[in-house]
Amino acid sequence: MLNYSLKRLASAIPTLLILITVAFFLIRIAPGGPFDSEKGLPAEIEANLEAKYQLDDPLVIQYFRYLGDIARFDFGPSFHYRDWTVNQLIAQGAPVSFTLGGIALILAFVVGTLIGVWAALKQNSLSDYLTMSVAMIGISIPNFVAAPLLILLFAIALGWLPAGGWDGSIQRMVLPAIALSLPMIAYVARITRGSMIEVLHSSFIRTARAKGMPEHEVLLRHALKPALLPVISYLGPAAAAILTGSVVIERIFTIPGIGSHFVQGALNRDYTLVMGVVIFYGVLIIALNYLVDLLYAWLDPRIRYDR
Amino acid sequence: MSISRTNSGVLAASAVVLWLALLATGCGDPTAPQEPRQPIRLDEPVPLVFDRAGEPEPEILAEDQELHRGNGEEPQTLDPHRAEGVPTANILRDLFEGLTTTAPDGRIVPGAAGRWDISRDGMIYTFYLREDGRWSNGEPVTAADFVFSFRRSVDPDTAAVFGRMLMPIENAQPILAGELEPEALGVEALNDRTVQIRLDDPTPYFLGLLTHASTYPVHAPSLTEHGDDFVLPGNLISNGAYRLVDWVPRSRIELEASPNYHSAGQVIIDRVLYYPIEDENTEFQRFRAGDLHWTDQVPSNLFDWLGANLPQALSVSPWFGTYYFGFNLTRAPFEQNLPLRRALNLAIDRRILTEKVTQFGEIPTFTLVPDGLPDYEPPVPDYAALDQAEREELAREMYRRAGYSDDDPLEVELRYNTSENHRKIAVAVSAMWKQVLGVRTRLINEEFRVFLQNRAMKRNTEVYRAGWIGDYQDAFTFLELFHSQHPRNDAGYANPRYDRLLEQISTERIPARRRNLMVEAERILLAGQVVMPVYTYVTKRLVSPLLKGWEPNVMDFHPSQQMYFVKSRAQVEAEIEAAPETETGSGEAEDVTVVDEGTT
Repeated sequence: MLNYSLKRLASAIPTLLILITVAFFLIRIAPGGPFDSEKGLPAEIEANLEAKYQLDDPLVIQYFRYLGDIARFDFGPSFHYRDWTVNQLIAQGAPVSFTLGGIALILAFVVGTLIGVWAALKQNSLSDYLTMSVAMIGISIPNFVAAPLLILLFAIALGWLPAGGWDGSIQRMVLPAIALSLPMIAYVARITRGSMIEVLHSSFIRTARAKGMPEHEVLLRHALKPALLPVISYLGPAAAAILTGSVVIERIFTIPGIGSHFVQGALNRDYTLVMGVVIFYGVLIIALNYLVDLLYAWLDPRIRYDR
Repeated sequence: MSISRTNSGVLAASAVVLWLALLATGCGDPTAPQEPRQPIRLDEPVPLVFDRAGEPEPEILAEDQELHRGNGEEPQTLDPHRAEGVPTANILRDLFEGLTTTAPDGRIVPGAAGRWDISRDGMIYTFYLREDGRWSNGEPVTAADFVFSFRRSVDPDTAAVFGRMLMPIENAQPILAGELEPEALGVEALNDRTVQIRLDDPTPYFLGLLTHASTYPVHAPSLTEHGDDFVLPGNLISNGAYRLVDWVPRSRIELEASPNYHSAGQVIIDRVLYYPIEDENTEFQRFRAGDLHWTDQVPSNLFDWLGANLPQALSVSPWFGTYYFGFNLTRAPFEQNLPLRRALNLAIDRRILTEKVTQFGEIPTFTLVPDGLPDYEPPVPDYAALDQAEREELAREMYRRAGYSDDDPLEVELRYNTSENHRKIAVAVSAMWKQVLGVRTRLINEEFRVFLQNRAMKRNTEVYRAGWIGDYQDAFTFLELFHSQHPRNDAGYANPRYDRLLEQISTERIPARRRNLMVEAERILLAGQVVMPVYTYVTKRLVSPLLKGWEPNVMDFHPSQQMYFVKSRAQVEAEIEAAPETETGSGEAEDVTVVDEGTT
């Protein structure tokens, strides 16, 4: 097991290097530059700016200098938000995205599995169809529709919760967390239901029931663990996506997470910021996939990688 | 699986869908036709009462003077010399004060300088700083601070985006180009409180330039101490009515009134929170929920709804900017083809564009420089006086003269950057060209920076969408755009006669002659049909009816220090009810002016 984990860790480094290289050259290929504006810049001022940000060196030299910088965990100054470094911007945005994403993730996991298990137990009943139809709608309604609806209902019509903004208080987290988790709840519920039904029909459950084991123990001790496997493999990458923030939710609720850096950074040609968030996201995905693999081994004794 | 069960499932699902649909139409789309109903109730302000000095009477002022402003994009930087963009300028106007500043109606009034002299030839300005001018840390604002700041603004090392604003100052140009040291700049401290500025050319709008952020003073010692971090909260020392308390990027910027400001006693709003909100729908919802008192924008599709439901909060007024289309004059089909450019220009029905497409009271225009400047009358072309049918007739004639016909129609590309408004206008324009002339237009929608690059390269671009908001209150800010050397002259217009005129305007000392030269320059530009002006921009926003002290102005400058909140009528009525014993003022009635909002 230890051997396996180390091997997995080592393979992460070339993956990251490829990611960095591709991202670095892709963003530079995009037309336009970080200092373009509709007002236009006199040539000498543009030259001054490029010199200040060391954009006047050959691209390959810039690339190797950048590799050297990130080896020291220095992501450089943001070209667009000129008073901040990329490190500062990520340090400011990541906790916000983590908090919001974490709540949404827990919400999705708890509510989603509960609904899924319940629907599986009541398979083909009215409540099964009802919950699964709602789940289907949850999956198909995009965030940018659900979020304004939530605001209209809870912030404007009822006035219970704020319409947006972020100050770390629970009230301001409720609506964005719900909006963020809605489609995930639906996914998790459907996946859980499917795998739960499959597990409930397998022979070891029949054996457990035949032994006269109480139903709740059958469910909790024997059925739930294997039924959660597909949920876990879905939640791994989904967690990376949700923890790094959602552009849509951040925009609608004006939340200062790092999600919008992905899109705004690219639109602003903020080279360093784009690289920073791409690397951050890459590391997170690799780490979470690694975690999922370990969880798998723990949940399913048949999986033994080091054998 | 029984059939009845399946049916009930489908039934349940459709019921849920139906419920969601009802929910969506009920409150999701405010543009949907609705029963006529009462406008949304916002708090109604008390009548305004002023004392002899023109200040609002304390009795009408609300207890809470905290202002929450929606402010568009997140500022790129709070360093006044590196800043760009309207949202940043709004914040800097509260934090800093230039030598001059503006009154609520946009007039230039004394700022950090209490008064000034201008030499008879208009080339030397002498500014006398206020005796009580102080930085937010209590140190006096001195002439040396201004000298330091002007030099920093033109220093190539600062890489100031708006360094060109200071071009009229002696030696600014060679310094920006790195040919001279910043110390050679024509700005000098005659003594502790006197700044003298020498210009290369008489610049009638120079006092207006001094309200721009690139001329604000920065605090030299904190720059030495903190370097580029001098703008961060805790470090920033400014000389304006407010000081920076907190800055959470993309969340909020918090300011509080600076007790060291020279006119601190007249500042009523004691705390200002700027929220960077880019999405206009989000901003609108937050205004409705009561989170904001002031919005930067309003959703562009809600004009009718806002007029019906929030008329007391909606403010729309002309802005100093023009929306236009440009031609690439460096290649076919528009190179050397005036009749064709004229035909396309005449075929556009500006009234339909503003009334049916943009819908916010934008003002149709045939000229590049917007109307409303105190000392400039744009040369309106003859065809503006015709009605649209006549213009279209003329357009067809020009089109034929350019060598096109129904059998051999023009095929043209119209390029614009991604935006709902630009798309709608481009579609309407192409439809008008199609209908009037039979032109086949290909609409090309590009991401902003790709678009800017294509415009500047002049290789693929044929017709492009553009807009220009004046940097200072003078027609020259529009005219200089078409100098053959201007970095944003994307039309590729290169007319030696026009360039010469611009240079003459720069050096002309007599205002009337200068004005005539500018009119002549614009006439050449319009006669040459370099651009197709479409409309004059308007500013549009929602403002709490309780927020007073500001006025719409053409530059859209609204410093928080001029604003104040008044009590609502309901609040005053409740106060009177709660304290019926209190004596009402009797003998002071002649001291005050009452302005009832209902009658103004």
